[in-house]
Amino acid sequence: MSLTITLATTRRILAQLRHDRRTLGMLIGVPSLLMVLLRYVLNQPGVFDRFGPILLGVFPFIVMFIVTSVGTLRERTSGTLERLMTTPLGKLDLLLGYALAFGITALVQAAVVGTIALTWLGLDLQGPTWTLFLVTLLDAWLGMALGLFASAFARTEFQAVQFMPAFALPQLLLAGLFVPREQMSTALRWAADVMPLSYAVEAMQELTRHGGVTDTLARDVAVIAGCALLALILGAATLRRRTA
Amino acid sequence: MMSYAVETDGLRVVRGGREVVHGFTFSVPRGSVVGLLGPSGCGKTTLMRAVVGVQIIAGGTVTVLGHPAGDRALRRRVGYATQNPAVYADLSVRENLRYFASVLGARRGDAERVIDEVGLADARDQAASSLSGGQLHRASLAIALLGEPELLVLDEPTVGLDPVLRGELWELFNELAGRGVTLLISSHVMDEAARCERLLLMREGRLLADDTPDALRAATGTQDLEEAFLHVIQEQEAVA
Repeated sequence: MSLTITLATTRRILAQLRHDRRTLGMLIGVPSLLMVLLRYVLNQPGVFDRFGPILLGVFPFIVMFIVTSVGTLRERTSGTLERLMTTPLGKLDLLLGYALAFGITALVQAAVVGTIALTWLGLDLQGPTWTLFLVTLLDAWLGMALGLFASAFARTEFQAVQFMPAFALPQLLLAGLFVPREQMSTALRWAADVMPLSYAVEAMQELTRHGGVTDTLARDVAVIAGCALLALILGAATLRRRTA
Repeated sequence: MMSYAVETDGLRVVRGGREVVHGFTFSVPRGSVVGLLGPSGCGKTTLMRAVVGVQIIAGGTVTVLGHPAGDRALRRRVGYATQNPAVYADLSVRENLRYFASVLGARRGDAERVIDEVGLADARDQAASSLSGGQLHRASLAIALLGEPELLVLDEPTVGLDPVLRGELWELFNELAGRGVTLLISSHVMDEAARCERLLLMREGRLLADDTPDALRAATGTQDLEEAFLHVIQEQEAVA
């Protein structure tokens, strides 16, 4: 792997985003708007404090999943990936290039939405603010890694976009947002326990309820990071220098 | 051995359960311009993919500049332009070239050099998505020229270009060959065949002829390469 190539790839992806003003606007504007909406729909003290951070954590996951799955599918179908595979670029350069570019994007997104939520909307966070950003960043990487993996199974952009609800919605239903995981039937409970998003939601719940870094939060962070790494390895396995 | 830029021996490729390249053996001398000719769907692209090392092969060997095709040592030494322009549509011409230049470790200013060489100077700040088909092809070709590779594998590089531009590009190809670069260029247009030093005629995954244009004309007793090609096909069918 080469730092020059990795950073060049990051710059290239950020330049692509910069040229796409509407996408950039939506990346920041849509979660901000939804956060405001959520605040006034719930409109009860305490309730927004519970759900606000979860939205903050789930958003980067969903957005980065879509952006990466469509983005890498484009690389696969436009021939740019094949071209890159004939150059000194290593798979790790490409993956890290994506991770850095989307990590930066996710942090900017979280900074804007987080600031709106913490100031104007009066979100009350018990834990330290940096943990919110850490969990957000890991969620974004998890979404990115899964999106990269999913893109290998999509032939068209229509399919790639539909992988998002297929990957994300079952996880959201099982994540303990609607029904606590403890109250689910054994089979569902078991499924919920192996879904990475369950830990993302749990991490957000932890840092809204408790000050400092609790053991549960530390474990959740480790699980999300581990899952993101695993998904990235799976995604890397789908990048092939030689194809049929 | 080292006098050849590309050597294949019994190359076989299977795609979608069907053998599409049947035991191909040929060699491309260094510093030559070799045309790969044949109708659409005859296996030209598959063969070129095998040469640059992105094609899974079923049998035989492909040796490029003394290394197995796709070897790590070749990644800066072989330039490849696919048939469909492989560029980032949302980036400008210059951004595309600068990115690939950094990936290839090309020297500073190389991006500007190749933009001029393919005649895209006026469009360098235009987004690739706003380029015409011919300009897009040239942008893709420019990427293949980055870093001054020793072997250029170009899949239909002159498709959709007007005759003047086509002439200019062939001048560039000959100039590169003069500098010792080897070019393997595919085309389905016969009038381009005359510009090559050697021709590989392909049909349905088989190599029909591997010769100079003059020798082909002489062997078939025709002046026109299109007719020579037909002649070769008829001969092969008579044998079979």
